[in-house]
Order: sequence, then structure tokens, then C-alpha cells
Amino acid sequence: MASLTREQMLDMYRSMCLTRALEERLERLFKQGHIVGGLYRSLGQEATAVGSAYALEPEDWLAPSIRDMGALLVRGLAPVDMFRQYTARRDAPTGGKDNTNHFTIPELGILGPVSPLGTQLAVLNGVALSFRIRGESRVCMTYQGEGATRTGTSHEGLNFAAVQRLPMVVVLEHNRWAFSTRSDREAAVGAWTDVAGAYGLPVRQVDGNDVLEVYDAAREAVDRARRGEGASLIVAETYRMLGHAQHDPQPYVDPAELEAWRERDPIDRFGRYVIENGLATEEGLAAMRGELESEVAAAADEAVAGPRPDPEEARTRAYAAEPADGGVPWTRRAVVGYADAPAGVAPARPSGSGTPGESSGGSGTAVRQGDAAVTDGKQRGGGA
Amino acid sequence: MAEATAAQQRAPAEPGATRETTYLEAIREALWEEMKTDDSVFILGEDVGVYGGAFKITEGFLDEFGPDRVIDTPISEAAIVGASIGASHMGFKPVAEMQFMDFVAPAFDMIVNFAAKVRYRTGFGAQIVIRGPVGAGARAGPFHSQSPESYFANVPGLKMVAPATAYDAKGLLRASIRDPDPVLYFEHKFLYRRIKEQLPTDEEILVPIGKARVHREGEDLSIITWGAMVYTAARAADRLAEEEGVSAEVLDLRSLRPVDVEAVAETARKTGRVLVLHEAPRFGGLAGEITAVVCEEAFEWLDAPVRRVTAIDTPVPYSPPLEDYYLPQVEDVLTAARWLLAY
Repeated sequence: MASLTREQMLDMYRSMCLTRALEERLERLFKQGHIVGGLYRSLGQEATAVGSAYALEPEDWLAPSIRDMGALLVRGLAPVDMFRQYTARRDAPTGGKDNTNHFTIPELGILGPVSPLGTQLAVLNGVALSFRIRGESRVCMTYQGEGATRTGTSHEGLNFAAVQRLPMVVVLEHNRWAFSTRSDREAAVGAWTDVAGAYGLPVRQVDGNDVLEVYDAAREAVDRARRGEGASLIVAETYRMLGHAQHDPQPYVDPAELEAWRERDPIDRFGRYVIENGLATEEGLAAMRGELESEVAAAADEAVAGPRPDPEEARTRAYAAEPADGGVPWTRRAVVGYADAPAGVAPARPSGSGTPGESSGGSGTAVRQGDAAVTDGKQRGGGA
Repeated sequence: MAEATAAQQRAPAEPGATRETTYLEAIREALWEEMKTDDSVFILGEDVGVYGGAFKITEGFLDEFGPDRVIDTPISEAAIVGASIGASHMGFKPVAEMQFMDFVAPAFDMIVNFAAKVRYRTGFGAQIVIRGPVGAGARAGPFHSQSPESYFANVPGLKMVAPATAYDAKGLLRASIRDPDPVLYFEHKFLYRRIKEQLPTDEEILVPIGKARVHREGEDLSIITWGAMVYTAARAADRLAEEEGVSAEVLDLRSLRPVDVEAVAETARKTGRVLVLHEAPRFGGLAGEITAVVCEEAFEWLDAPVRRVTAIDTPVPYSPPLEDYYLPQVEDVLTAARWLLAY
């Protein structure tokens, strides 16, 4: 077992509690209507995210899946930025252009995922490839639920990482459910560790609700990658304790199974370990959780007080040089009111009477007022 | 070609010097020269290294640049494009080869959902080029002949180019590699060895993305097209001149996103009769978009409705009589042109 100091262990406990407190606050904001999109919780999976990310160094990179809030917090993500992101604020990491955890923050080594599954591994492979080409001893880590590993992109990504011997650690979060589909209906393999054989990847199965065991496996895989010995797979056995998202009360889950996994709650378990090993007292941990509650509440208030983006910001940043279609006459803006379009974008057209456009009247004429001083172009009659 | 490039570097070219270069060699030269001058450029794809590419575009590259910059990948188009995006985030300028552009389909998710949107979403762009052979006429059947531009045309964040000449093949590839946004570079396999031009050796050939080119000037009719159809259009224009005394203008778009709207409007206003020609199928093809641009920008100058001449709405068939029927031929262009002129 890799060694951790008391401070590090308390820090891990804190990150797990922060994850839960932050998500509980997000749920409150969702019910209050501050979050306009989906909300996906990681309840019950906090140890997998925190324990794995804790094995990385600051110069490494990580790409989360949707239930890896804890990994982002370990990387140093400020809670206020997560609240801004979920509540669609202008000063959110994506400026309100995308939701959930879909942001990239290079200084924290965070690569944002997108919703189609398996994709962030394929992209993070390029980051790992860059490390390898430059001879840097840096490592990448990413996450996939067992459902995500059934995509073609995931298969290609796992194989590419393996055959290119990239410094990559893939954490397969076996949380039993891909939305409503139980994992034994996602694949015919008996154990999810079996998939590693197809790629020639070293694999280790861990209790994903035991943060120390997750950390130990991640440390081993990260060290292997850093030594230039290639990619690894970790299969974390865990359980998704809530529905896929807020809209899903998961009627397809057996309450007894859920109750059994509640007994294995990763925060309760690690809290007992910390107390039994004399690293902190029950009162000390309770005080820590109280501080986190206040910190989270303040961050949420700060985020919600910020502005939403200006509507026109929807146009910006699709390309490096903008705008791609700035004010040209067939854009929506011009349809709403041609007079609003920037000066000079109106097409040159024939002057004088008798052109089809001017003689026909109708809405086409109405939006062209004030644009008569054009003299070039062909004169012609009333059309064919 | 590689040897010629090296020889050139030893002996300074005389002013005005040129060298005969095929369309394929022009692509090769652009890749070679960009890799020589910019360490951040690397290539990856299926069989690009040891074999030198299915069409030998990258022959000799592995020996010159080594396995870290010429990467033979598994048959995994999504992984190829994904890795390109990630490497671009780290400052590299990857050029990904699709062995045939038909095989871009497995990478569609990575291109449309990741590469195209990443700058908008996160502020960090994907400076990548995805290049490969497109187009029919080579008797290559349904899966080695497609023109996939319209699959991607409705995806903001992407750029698309489709050169018809060796000069543009070279200049647009260099511009694509240097462009900060993801560029799909469609090279027409029918032109690889059929097009030869004298290219200047004493100047840097760079063609801006987004600018069309007048392939042939004319007054009476405009044929707007790109890729191999530029030559079909030119032959039709020759026939119109010889047989009917009609002067047809051929506009080679070169860039398919962004389209050079000004050039389209200018030629439409100049001739008043517009024919849009492409070898992709008709429904949903880019000709519809070009037609809309003409209608919005030049309606009052038109003497006739815009006509489209395209492939038929089927997959690309294999057998020569079928493929020839599928593809727009000079006669098809002439028929549409005569209709426009008589309107």
C-alpha cells in the first residue's frame, strides 16, 4: 500500500466531502431553477474520483467523465467556477457556451469531455502522445463508465493508448448502470477486468468505494506510465446511488440493492477509518464538514450573483477569426431587421425603378429601405 | 520529390524558375516543407509511415522525420482524429490522413462533436488538418469515391477546402496547416497524377482559405464548381465558345467553408446566368447553398433561374457505364447551359 501522510488522508476526506456538499448545493440550485440544464450527480462514487486523481502531479492532465466532480476538485477547480458553469454565467469557464463539466482549464491540467461517450479518451491520447513525443515524464488519466466503454470511440481509444504505449491511466467506473441499462446488458464479459485483455493492458480491480485502495492502484498505474511503460486500466467497482440525472427517479433499481450499497458509502467508511486510526476526531470531521458547507454556500451565492452572457455573445468564438458570418444579409439578425445590420453589408443592387425587387413590393422591399444609393450592376427589365 | 526539394535547398532557384509538379507532388511538397520548417507539424494515419501512404503521398517521410512525426496508426479513424485534437491542445499541428475520405465516417463524432465545437465551448481551438482523397471517376466503387463535403457543411467551426490545381493543392495545404481552426482538406484522387503544372520554385506558394479563383473568364454564363468538376466545366466552356460563340466563366470555389460569397455574387451579377456544378449527389448538396447565396445576393441581376448539375441521388456505382451515368458529364453541363442561355 502506497504511503500517505495524515494531512494527505484528511485532504482526501475533505475532497470527498466537498464533492458531496457541492453537489447537494447544485441540487438545491436545480430545484430553485438556477440550473437550466441537466444535473448529474456522483453520489456514492466520490472515492473513485478523489482517490484516483490524488495520484497525479500538478503537471499531469486529467479528463473527467460526468461523475468525477471529486477528480476536478482534487485538480484544484474552484467551486465557484463549477457553480458558474452549471448556472450558465458569463464568467463560467465556458462563458455559458456549454454546460456541466465540459470545460478545459490547461493550468489545472483539465481537459473537458463532450457528451458523446468515449471521446475524451481519444482526445486525451493526443495529450499523452505530446508528452511522449517531447520526452516529458507527464501522465494522463481519464474515466469511463462501463457503458461508455461499449462505444467504438472508446475501443479505438483504449487500443490506441495501448499500442502507442502512451502514459495513460483509464479508470473504468463500474457503477452498474448506464442510464437505465444494467451492466450485464452492456457486455457479456463476466468481469470488467476481462476487457483489458483485448488491448494487452495491465489491469487492476479495486473496491471503488475504498478511497485508499483506489489511490493505491492509481499510484501504481501512474508510476508505470511515468516510467514510460505505457497505459493501464483500473476497474473500480462502485455504484451509482441516484438516477442518471435529476429527471430520473431510477424505478428500475432494486431498493434492497441500493440499501446494501448505502452501507458501503465511501465517505462514511473513510470517516470511520480516519477516526479509528486516530487521524481525527468525530468532532473534528464534523467541524470540517461545517466549514465546507459555508464555503460552498458562499461560492454558490457568488456565482448566482454574476451576470448571464449577452445574447450577442452567442456569435463569438466559433472560429479563431470572427465572425464567420458577421452581419451578412441572410443571417437571423438581418431577417429580424435589415436596418440593424452593420453598415456596408447590404448587397449592391441595380438602381432606379423597374427592377423586380423594387416593383414587387412586399416584405422584401420593406427591409431594404434606406439602401437606394447604389449605382453599379446591370439594369434590366422585369425579369423572365 | 523529396530529393528534388533537397537539391533546391542547396542551389538557390533562379528568379522565375519553375518545375513541373503534379497535383500529388504538390501535396507532398506542402507537407514536406511545412514539416521541415515547423517542428510542431506531424502526420498520422493508416500506412503513412512504412508504406508511405496508399497513394505514396508520404513516401520517404518516415526516414526523414522519424516515427514520432510520421505515425502509423491502427485502423481507427476516431482515434486518429481524437489524438490530433489532443496534440493540438499541446501546441502541435497534426495532419491526419484518412486513407480515403469515405473512411472519415467513423471519425464523424470526433470531428463534429469535438474538433468543430471545442473552440466555441472552451476557448481552446483544434489546429488540425484532416486530409484525404475524395471523388469519383476512378472506378473505385461506393466506398472509395464519395465527396463528403456536405456532411460537414452544416457544422460551424469547421473549414473545408477542395483544390483543383497543383498550385492550389500546395498553397491551400500550407494555409490549412497554418490555420488555427480544424480544416478538412479534400484532395481529388482523379487529379493526383493527371494534373501537372509548372510551379514556381522561387516563391512560397500560399493560398488563402475562403477565396475563390476564376479559372476562366467569361461574360454570358457562370459555372460555379470545384475539384475535378472544374475541368468538366472548362471543357464545357470550350465547347460553348467553339460551337455557340458563348463566353462562359468558370469559378473554382477552392474553399467550401467559408465559401467566397463575394466572388459568387460577383460572377452572378456579371453574367446573370448561373449554373452550379458538383459531383456529390443533388439533394442537400452544396449547390443548394450556393444557389441560395446567388438568390440572396444577386437575384435582381439574374436573367434565368439558377440551375444545378450534380451527380444523381444514388451511391457511387462501380461499373464504368454506371459511374459515367452517375457523374455529371460535359454534355450534362452543355444541356443546362443551353437551357440557361435560351431562357
